[in-house]
Amino acid sequence: MANTMQFDLVSPERSLASLEATAVQIPGADGDMTAMPDHAPTITTLRPGLLKVEAPQGSSEYLVTGGFAQINGDSLSVLAEKAIPVAEVTRSHLDDLIAEARASHEAAKAGDDQTIVDDAAKLLADMEALGTHMSL
Amino acid sequence: MPSLKDLKNRIESVKSTRKITKAMQMVAAAKLRRAQESAEASRPYAERFNAVMAGLAASVGGSDSAPKLLRGTGSDDVHLLVVMTAERGLCGGFNANIAKLARAKADELRGKGKTVKVLTVGKKGRDALKRDFADLFVGHIDLSEVKRIGYTNAQDIAKDVLSRFDGAEFDVATIFYSKFVNVVTQIPTAQQIIPASFEDEAAGDDSGAIFDYEPSEEAILADLLPKGVATAIFSALLENGASEQGARMSAMDNATRNAGEMIDKLTIQFNRSRQAVITNELIEIISGAEAL
Repeated sequence: MANTMQFDLVSPERSLASLEATAVQIPGADGDMTAMPDHAPTITTLRPGLLKVEAPQGSSEYLVTGGFAQINGDSLSVLAEKAIPVAEVTRSHLDDLIAEARASHEAAKAGDDQTIVDDAAKLLADMEALGTHMSL
Repeated sequence: MPSLKDLKNRIESVKSTRKITKAMQMVAAAKLRRAQESAEASRPYAERFNAVMAGLAASVGGSDSAPKLLRGTGSDDVHLLVVMTAERGLCGGFNANIAKLARAKADELRGKGKTVKVLTVGKKGRDALKRDFADLFVGHIDLSEVKRIGYTNAQDIAKDVLSRFDGAEFDVATIFYSKFVNVVTQIPTAQQIIPASFEDEAAGDDSGAIFDYEPSEEAILADLLPKGVATAIFSALLENGASEQGARMSAMDNATRNAGEMIDKLTIQFNRSRQAVITNELIEIISGAEAL
């Protein structure tokens, strides 16, 4: 059994990481999951959250929003609409994201589709929870 | 016959034109490198995205529950042409070629009795199509303030297109842009984005694996399709950016060379006229002396 798998993190504008990882914790839409080598092939969408990468040469964390992860047994690709290394995240980044989420929540409330409102509310809650989690 | 002074002025003016075109060429070359880099940086995302979407689309595509963005509205009466061009001219046939392709497509569709709507991105395309299709314009997106194309620009355009789609304003959307091959070759391209079509070749490499989907396949597809529109638009914008700079660079290279040739020709003409003036003066002096 392989100890590591190829991990790629790409955003539309650039490729952020490409390395061998032992475990990656993914903020999946239905809950966090950790992918390790020989994980069953899975595709999951992401909710805004933290992506934790464990690699032999150390671990790293990224803030990701939107997109999806594709898990193969020996490789893992995360395609995120926005991905920022946690060390570079500042309060203002988060404020922007929260403001964006709040705006879409307000816009959804104006409509009458309840599921969209719920989704937007969840997104907003996710964003705010993220802020506390990162103690910013 | 222009006078010596006229010729001199002319040469000076061509020389300063040459300086300008030379400078523009060098600026375009620098910008081209940057544009190419960002186009290349975006490629892994687009490729993987399309591979996954192709797999998803293949498994869900046939069913009736497939999202509208994939399946289409069931008719193809109203077409939206998204024409993406540059904000600036002086880049050879770049804008004209895209406009020409869009115009041909619009004429063809109208010949078949379809309704055509045009959304322009970039000022030059709007200007080029204004004369024939002004009544078909449904909107314009201005990128002249944008220094560096980012994913958010593409998202804004995608949001605009998608809200029109949700409002049942059109059935089929096609984007027009120029594919960058190299500095001298850019191919004007039309690509249908709604209903989405994904190349099957990309699906081939994952065919062995059967994926678990979380949440369901349909939910993922519904979530990702709008992003697919944004991704397609983003790659098109970047390709366009590189093409524009490439086209400008070769156009300005030609202009610089032409100016050089013109200066040579004018200089020869100037020297000949000066020689003629001198000869004339000598003849006058000699014949004056002989008359004494």
